[in-house]
Amino acid sequence: MMSRVLRLGRFGCELFEALGRAGIFLAQSAVGLPSREGWYLWLRQMHFVGVLSLAIVLVSGLFIGMVLALQGYTILVDFGAEQALGQMVALSLLRELAPVVAALLFAGRAGSALTAEIGLMKATEQLSSMEMIGVDPLRRVVAPRLWAGFVALPLLTVGFSVVGIYGGYLVGVDWLGGFAGSYWGNMQASVEFVADVGNGMVKSLVFALVVTWIAVFQGYDLVPTSEGISRATTRTVVYSSLAVLGLDFVLTAVMFGGLA
Amino acid sequence: MKRSKTMELGVGLFMLAGILGLVFLGLRVSGLTLEAPGETFRLEANFANIGGLKPRARVTMAGVTVGRVAAIDLDTDWYDARVVLELDADLEDQLPRDTTAAILTAGLLGEQYVGLSVGGDPETLADGDSLRDTQSAIVLEELIQQFVSNMVSD
Repeated sequence: MMSRVLRLGRFGCELFEALGRAGIFLAQSAVGLPSREGWYLWLRQMHFVGVLSLAIVLVSGLFIGMVLALQGYTILVDFGAEQALGQMVALSLLRELAPVVAALLFAGRAGSALTAEIGLMKATEQLSSMEMIGVDPLRRVVAPRLWAGFVALPLLTVGFSVVGIYGGYLVGVDWLGGFAGSYWGNMQASVEFVADVGNGMVKSLVFALVVTWIAVFQGYDLVPTSEGISRATTRTVVYSSLAVLGLDFVLTAVMFGGLA
Repeated sequence: MKRSKTMELGVGLFMLAGILGLVFLGLRVSGLTLEAPGETFRLEANFANIGGLKPRARVTMAGVTVGRVAAIDLDTDWYDARVVLELDADLEDQLPRDTTAAILTAGLLGEQYVGLSVGGDPETLADGDSLRDTQSAIVLEELIQQFVSNMVSD
């Protein structure tokens, strides 16, 4: 009994220590805006984290938009409300699916790679050697990755929404024979830029920060062995997915649930 | 460090595509317009029941959108709903004084909007005037209740 309480206490202390380390780590990495050299480092990470994630995000967006339209059409047609298809597809994508699914894909595609890369740098003592020659690894390695993720995920989310809405159009209008005018018209009547697109973007920015933060911190903080790297990579995907889904509920409750 | 033009180009295109996507979401999906909101004037109309009418709903005339609902509040003198309509300035001093306003529904389950129809009075409505002749929203429950009570009395 006593030992269980002890273990719980140790777990609590470790949890808060890790949170504190992660907070200090984030603050130290995010400050100090980069020089010209740093800007180039950021560009490289943007390419890796953003441009190379484009394919998986856009293809997923297309298929999710298409399946939303297909499922939505078969349900809405029972109520004779198939003209509301555009509204349904656009609102579910903008408010919910695009930020969440893009963040989950981003965690799997880019977050795990960031953790493994930084982890391997730590395991092969590249980070310590950088410190030895007077280069701050937080600024040189971590900061560009953090900023790249923070910028890239909202852009990927926009792409996801746009492609998804076109996917819905393909299925709902071109395939199932809905009316193009009501698809766009109902959408425009019901989607508000600030309330729907804007809140979706806020969600996406929050997810971008959380996912990249978890990824780089797990890489920086891991036990520098091959097992440690594999564990940290798994943890990145698991923690970021859980954080995204949990935060999504909280943000939705605040934004759209009338809680303020 | 070696600079690669293709990478810079890729990132540039990626960011450009993201910004264009946001513009698309603004213009095509949310229906924002680039032109500045035109001049408007306001009319008031009192309805016994507005049903599900919401601020920013469309105001139409012959099916053409001519304005938006600016505000809805309770008129405590009459205990009915006071709806403020914001109409294009082109229509100022053009609408006859006996213009009627009705709350209509787009389709069976669609959004509710205000439809105006003109009368024949030579006098016209100016900013701040109110519409006398209004027709409330049709509340489906009341309609069904009426129908059922008619059935019973038959």
